[in-house]
Amino acid sequence: MDKILIMLAGLAAIAFIIWWFFGQHKVESAEATLDDNQQTIDIHVDGGYSPEHIVLKQGVPATLNFTRTDPSGCLDHVVFTDFGINQELPQGQKVSLKINTAQPGQYQWACGMDMFHGQITVE
Amino acid sequence: MQKLTTSRRFIIALIFSVPMLVKMVLMPFGFHLPGGTITEFGLTTIVMAVSAAPFLKSSWSSFKKHHSNMDTLVAIGTMTAYLYSIYAMTVGQPVFFEGAALVVTFILLGQVFEERMRKNASSAVEKLLDLQAKNAIVIRDGQEVTIPLGQVVTGDLIKVLPGQKIAVDGTIVDGQSTVDESMVTGESMAVEKRAGDAVIGATINTNGSFVFKADKIGEETMLSQIVEMVKKAQTSRAPIQNLTDRVSSIFVPVVLILAIATFLIWYVFLGSALSTALVFAISILVIACPCALGLATPTALMVGTGLSAKHCILIKNGEVLEAVNQVKTVIFDKTGTITVGQPVVTDVIGPETKIMTLAGQLEKNSEHPLAIAVLDYAEKLGLNNQESAKNFAAIEGQGVTGEVNGQTVFVGNTRLLAERQIDPDLQKKMQELQAEAKTVVLVGEAERVIGLIAIQDAPKASSKKAIADLKARGLKTVMLTGDNQLVAEAIADQVGIDQVIAEVMPNNKADHVLAFQQEGAVAFVGDGINDAPALSTASVGIAMGSGTDVAIESGDIILVKNDLQDVATAIELSAKIFNRIKLNLFWAFIYNVLGIPVATGLFYGIGFILSPELAGLAMAFSSLSVVTSSLLLNRTRLKTLTAKKSVA
Repeated sequence: MDKILIMLAGLAAIAFIIWWFFGQHKVESAEATLDDNQQTIDIHVDGGYSPEHIVLKQGVPATLNFTRTDPSGCLDHVVFTDFGINQELPQGQKVSLKINTAQPGQYQWACGMDMFHGQITVE
Repeated sequence: MQKLTTSRRFIIALIFSVPMLVKMVLMPFGFHLPGGTITEFGLTTIVMAVSAAPFLKSSWSSFKKHHSNMDTLVAIGTMTAYLYSIYAMTVGQPVFFEGAALVVTFILLGQVFEERMRKNASSAVEKLLDLQAKNAIVIRDGQEVTIPLGQVVTGDLIKVLPGQKIAVDGTIVDGQSTVDESMVTGESMAVEKRAGDAVIGATINTNGSFVFKADKIGEETMLSQIVEMVKKAQTSRAPIQNLTDRVSSIFVPVVLILAIATFLIWYVFLGSALSTALVFAISILVIACPCALGLATPTALMVGTGLSAKHCILIKNGEVLEAVNQVKTVIFDKTGTITVGQPVVTDVIGPETKIMTLAGQLEKNSEHPLAIAVLDYAEKLGLNNQESAKNFAAIEGQGVTGEVNGQTVFVGNTRLLAERQIDPDLQKKMQELQAEAKTVVLVGEAERVIGLIAIQDAPKASSKKAIADLKARGLKTVMLTGDNQLVAEAIADQVGIDQVIAEVMPNNKADHVLAFQQEGAVAFVGDGINDAPALSTASVGIAMGSGTDVAIESGDIILVKNDLQDVATAIELSAKIFNRIKLNLFWAFIYNVLGIPVATGLFYGIGFILSPELAGLAMAFSSLSVVTSSLLLNRTRLKTLTAKKSVA
């Protein structure tokens, strides 16, 4: 009887993992705040990036402020391959990165180990 | 607790898990920890609370975002071991607290090393910027003031004293000197500079002093541009990395499922003890950490492009590395790539001093490219300070005549022969030189030709060796040129090129590259504006650093030293880096591929199992071996480079 219960619990756990990680979930998205021909946005780095999807206006200089509170070494760098940025994020410090918004399009960023991802849309 | 560094967390974990390690080793000899299970519980609780807490925190934050990472595996694995052991302790069953504590310790050990090495790998390029001058002497309101580099603005007049570094890119307005530009151009000879000449920031002024106007500052300087280019290459991905991206995003959930399934199979179907089934599940979670997989490509790319930069070869992106490996044919532009790019005197037939003196006196005021070649050569012989000829007269399309010491003298091309005489010997010599595609200049006194000067855009000293290196690698070499067949073939013979395509219109170069590309990947080496389309078309575009901005922008690889031998070096380096990435991926995968089946208990029947603490050690080693393997790239010996040294 115990074994059947454990079996069911195990299968339920597997089903939950599949739904939780592979199901369609809403991605946290945000637009940068415009101020005096300058757009800025704060990104909180904790188990991933929040927001994970950022919308920027084309042609307006943009600053992304990353603050990492997550102790994981996995997130200690942020890499923008399109802009040649590979920036260290010391834990608990705000790090500002300037992004070139001249070209509209989709740009990816990732953590140093390429496990976590974020996306910028310039439009 | 937030502020604990990885190394502190490791040290704490180590101190509190060592007693348990000792117990594990000495258990067969009847050794037990004083206090027994309770002591183990205490020690492990400290390790979990202090050293492992960040793993838990991080995996919980990412779990909330529907993400998972390697911390998820470590956290679930160690927490399961810890919580089960507490349960087992209360019901008096065997515990494995040490498993949880040791896994945390080993994983942290791996991370400490990894952090150190990643710092080593990324610092190489930034060092290039240290080459910059720190201060500049700027003339403002007629006063000389020394200001930090950052305060220099475009248009500033900057004074450079002997031995000083030039602050930024600019143009000399006053004074003259020789400048050592080797750090940017690789040219070992110092270059003479006078008013109107461009100077490059971070190069070193040698003997004179001068004032120059700052044209480009900050991020616009050549040095910053080079650093920027290298950085972009280092962060760009090699296409092979796409595979690891796909794998790592589904990897962790799949491993979790696999661990649960293994547990269920052992416990429910095979009827083993709860503790045994749990050990298998925990080992899977620990061995599966994909951290090494993520490190494999970026670390090799970083070390590799940094190493290339040290050899003055700039690799613009990771994609090109894969392309270089496929290259079958290397196509060269002729002028400025294989050859020097300007005509030089190659032979003088007849009494050299007399001929060069006369030619120098006659050509002194000419701007013609051939005249410049003659004057350069005369200067080399020390014959440039003679006074110029009198009664100077140009004969349209033929040459010039003048008077030296009361004698009529002339210099010109073969059309002058119509009215003048030449010895049969010289005539024969002239035809031989022409057959070698050299331009022949006649030098005469009175109405007789007394000597010949042969002029050619000669191959660079290193071209022949460079082509031989490429051929030794089994590559086909081709030369594309707008010059006529005769000239092209003569040069090709001198340097040993396989195939010549001459009389190519500038806008057709890319078409020829495309045609070769049908048979296999092509590397194109060029420097001119007209080479830019071919550079972009070719699978791999290799631009000479002395080339035009357009060419450099279009190329994938830039040879800063303009040395053609670097083509072979670049190809060899790219192959090395690419192979290292493949080797790294192999190492990263092999730990997981071999470890996971063992961890599931597949080989339990033959007594071969993987305990959680061994799995932790294996994971630490897998990250370490990948990063070490990348750093070892720095020590690889390059065939082409060693050969070059022995020649010099």
